[in-house]
This record gives sequence, structure tokens and C-alpha cells, in this order.
Amino acid sequence: MNENEIYKVKKTNPIIKPIIYTLLTIWTLINIFPIYWMFTFSLKDNAEIFGDNIAGLPKNWLWENYARAMTGGKMGIYFLNSIIISAATIVLTLIAAVMATYAMSRIVWKGRKIMNKFFMLGLTIPIHSAILPVYMTLKNLHQLNSYQALIIPYSAFSLAMAILICMGFMDDIPKELDEAAKIDGCGIWGTFFKVIVPLMTPALSTIGIYTFLQCWNELMFANVFNSRTQYKTLPAGINELFGTHTTDWGPVGAALVLATFPTLLVYVFLSKKIQSSFMAGAIKG
Amino acid sequence: MRTSDITSDKNRKKEIMKGLTIAAFLAPALLLFVGVLIAPIFMSTYYSFFDWNGMGSRTFVGFKNYAELFTSEDFKFGLALRNSLLLAVLSVFIQLPLSLALALALGKGIKGERGFLSVFFAPVLISTVVIGQLWLKIYNPDYGLLNAALRAIAVEKTNDPEGNVIVLKTLEDVLVKWSGDVKDVLWLGNQKIALGAAFVPILWQYVGYHMLLMYAGVKGVPVDLREAAMLDGASAGQVNRYIVLPYIKPIIKISVIFAVTGSLKSFDLIYVLTNGGPFHSTEVPSTLMISLMFLRNRYGMGSTIAVILIILCFAFALLIGAAFRKED
Repeated sequence: MNENEIYKVKKTNPIIKPIIYTLLTIWTLINIFPIYWMFTFSLKDNAEIFGDNIAGLPKNWLWENYARAMTGGKMGIYFLNSIIISAATIVLTLIAAVMATYAMSRIVWKGRKIMNKFFMLGLTIPIHSAILPVYMTLKNLHQLNSYQALIIPYSAFSLAMAILICMGFMDDIPKELDEAAKIDGCGIWGTFFKVIVPLMTPALSTIGIYTFLQCWNELMFANVFNSRTQYKTLPAGINELFGTHTTDWGPVGAALVLATFPTLLVYVFLSKKIQSSFMAGAIKG
Repeated sequence: MRTSDITSDKNRKKEIMKGLTIAAFLAPALLLFVGVLIAPIFMSTYYSFFDWNGMGSRTFVGFKNYAELFTSEDFKFGLALRNSLLLAVLSVFIQLPLSLALALALGKGIKGERGFLSVFFAPVLISTVVIGQLWLKIYNPDYGLLNAALRAIAVEKTNDPEGNVIVLKTLEDVLVKWSGDVKDVLWLGNQKIALGAAFVPILWQYVGYHMLLMYAGVKGVPVDLREAAMLDGASAGQVNRYIVLPYIKPIIKISVIFAVTGSLKSFDLIYVLTNGGPFHSTEVPSTLMISLMFLRNRYGMGSTIAVILIILCFAFALLIGAAFRKED
């Protein structure tokens, strides 16, 4: 009605944009530089690292550092252990979480809300509370230094977040689907396996990623429960490596790169999915 | 009469079947959860009332462990608690504002947003042990990146008769004097600065995590809300202050809870970097707990720390939640 009315959007000060970009670039360098440095010194010998080529690219690319880390540092064993334990933890967590969520989201019964709240306590319970009791139990059952010594505790501690993510996801699946399945003659189990589980795949991959990173990087349990080389995981193994290889930085750097590389490589291809799996839990909670 | 009997019987059977199905679906999760999380809380609490070295008989001592932990100087628990609270304060007042600033800058939609976001989040994915070992190398007094960089910066220089530059004093020399070390700055070996030095990698690793959460929140602010405010003449700063911040408050609350409880529980990086030393200057409750349990065989005392940590984590989570609610 009033053509003279002027809407004025305040212009952002023209200096601000370059300032923001400069700061973001500085923070990018702070993030990347240590990682870059790790890659470069993994390929150098001590003379270069301690000499005048601290931060530059290696003059001689010493790939044998990697061979030394794999064999002398036993990185191969740790790597395999980490993969086995992570994979088994993911499977166990997924099975337990999806089943429990189904019971609390699709089957109507008194107390299902309370049961869900009970599981959510797990988001706040620190692993400290479990370390000694679980250690004593494993010791009495002669299960210290085994894969299950880590798989079971890791799964238990991943459960709360997994159920949280599952719950948010399963509640969004229309209930009509269950009814349609019922009419088609599916029982509770049939509905679960044929209707719900296939629809849950996005949630399952989110939980899988989240759980993987938790157990791939966990140190406290790994250190205490599995002290023998044969069953050590990467974090505990790497930390030990430094007792024996402190003088040579190159192989140590190579070990660090080997432990980091798989996750970063997957991250390059799946950055969005990985980021969203970290957001899923926190935002919905 | 007959028929109703049959139906009620049928119903009961159905109810039982349903109950069994529910139990079957819950069983794996409940077993894991109760066995590994819930029961150990009670066991830890029970252990905490005993003097026990793990092997022989345990002696019931009541609350003596708790009292001793807070009063005896031997255990350095007060210092450990103070250090972890200091980490919490640093996290909330340095790490979170930095994360928020990054999230606000990226969430507005700028060129290269995805790239920046991905790089900033990358450290979160790297194992804490790797980061710890990497920073040990960065902080290494003789050969580390940091001291090498400081040595390269001349603070005082002069020219010799031929005109060549002679460095009299480097930045490292200045810092050595300030830190009280002898030749090089012992970042993690100096009681005065070790805790601060240990905080830097913690900050470095987790800024990306909080930034990501806040970024998701900023992205969730409805565009019309933003535009309406700008049409009303709000500056970018005002939009952030009056539109975005109130909108993402729930996420900030979660970040604060994570930062505080995370600091109380902090273990990995401290364990790798200093393991509580030098002279307990970077001791935190977790490192103390592990050393009491598995080095000094003080199982009862270690469990006492575990119990205190559980209580503190829940208390702080509730307290922070309440503080945010009160502000509404």
C-alpha cells in the first residue's frame, strides 16, 4: 500500500567477510598442520626430523618405516584385533538395540516408557563405574585377554546411544505398515524381520559408524582388560609402542598414520554420513 | 458362561505370549545393560566401603575411604578434582565459545562451508592416543615442532662488524626464562604449565565436535525468521544474538553438559601425555583411579573415586539442565 516504505537491510561491514575468512583459514591450518606433520615425519629418519628439515616434505621417502611399524611394532596384530572387536561390537549392539527398540516402540505395554528412560541412563553413566567390577568378573571367569573381554563391555556402553537413535527412527515408521503386515499374516517376529528391520537400514548405518569410532579409539578398557599383545587393540598397542621405539621417530609416526588412515579415508568418502551420525544422538537427546 | 471362560482363557494365554515376546525382544539389551552398567554401579559402591587389595579378605571400613580421599594429602584427590574442574572451566569458556563462533560463521552459509566443516571435524575422528602421541612429539623439548618454531623467532638481534645478523635472544629464550626451565621449555614436564599444555590438544580435538552440534542447530534456524529480523534492520550480530542463540539454546546446553562431564571423566589424553605428572600437577580423578586400582592395588579407594565420579556426572548434568531451564 505504501510504496514509499523502504525496507532497509543493514549491509554487513565489508571488512568483516575477509576477517572471517582469514580466521577460518588460520583455524584450518591449525587443524591440518599437525596431521600433515605426522604424515611427513612418518617418512623421515631421525636426522631429518631432528635436523633442519623439521616441517618440510621428506627428502628421502622412507617407506620402510611402515614395514618396521607393521612387523617390529606389531601394528598388524593390533590392527586385526581392533577390526575384529569393532565389527563384533557393532553386530551385537545393533541386534540388542533394534530388538529392544522394537519392544518399546511397536509393542504396546505398560512400562515401556519407563524402560526406555532406564536405558537412557546409560548416556550419563561413565565407564569408570564399571571398570573394576567388570575386571574382577572377567578375571574370575578367566576371560581377561580375549576378544569378548572388550566386545561385551563396548556393546553395553554403546547401547544407550544406539537405542536413542533407533527410537527416533522407528517412531517415524508409520504404524499402518505393522497393521498391513498383520493382515497379511505376519506375527510379531515376522513384522520385525520383514517390515521393520529392512526399513531401519539408515539408522543401522548411523549407529554402526558411531559405535565403530567409539571402540576403535577406546583406551581405558582396552588397556586394563587386554594386556597381552595377542589381544591388544590399536590404542593400547600404539601407546605401548613408545616404550620400545622411543628413539626412532619415523616408525612411530608410521604407526600413528596406520591407526589414523582408515578412519580418515572413510571420512573422505562419507563425511556427511559420519557427521550426521554424531549429530543424531546429541540433537535428539 | 462357558464361552466367556474360554475367551478369558484365550486372552490370558495371549497376554502371556505377549509378555514372553516382549521379554525375548528386551533380553539381549537388558542383559548387557544390567550386567555391565547397572550391576557394576552397585558393586563399585559396595567395594568403596571396604579396604581391599583385590586378593585377600576385605575389611569393612564404612565411609572411611571417602573421608580419607578428601582429607588425606597422600592421594592428591583434591588436586585431581580441582584440575578436572579447571579443565571444565577452560572447556566451557574457551572451547565452547570458539566452537560457537565457528558454527555461526559457517552456519550463515559462506563459500567453502562444507570444506571448512569437514576439516574442522576431522580431529574428532582421530584416536585420542594418536593425538596424544602426536602432541608429545610437538611438545618434545629438544626436537619438538613447538620449540623449534620458537627457536626460529628472533626477539633480539644485532649485526656483527661484517653486517651478518646475530640472534641474541629467541622467543624460546624468553619463554624459558618465564617458565623457569633451564635450556628448553619443558611444556609437559613443567609443573606450572603442564596442565595448560595438556589442555591444548583436548581443545584441538573437540572443538570440531561442539562446532558440529552447534552448526546443526544454526542450520535449523528457519530462514524466514532470519530474513524477517534483517528486514527489521537487525545487523548480523543482532540476528545472532536475538534469533540464532535463543534458538540453539538446547544444543548449547547439551554441549555444556558434555564439556563439563567430559572434563570430569577425562582420561585418554592426560594418560598419554603426562599420566598425571609431573608431581601430580596434571592429575585428574580418572588417572588417579586407574593408578590406585591397577598399580597400587587399592581397590576400595579406587572404587570410591569411581562412585564420586558417577555422582558428580549426574549432579552436574542435572545442575546444568536446571540452570538453563531457570534462564527461560
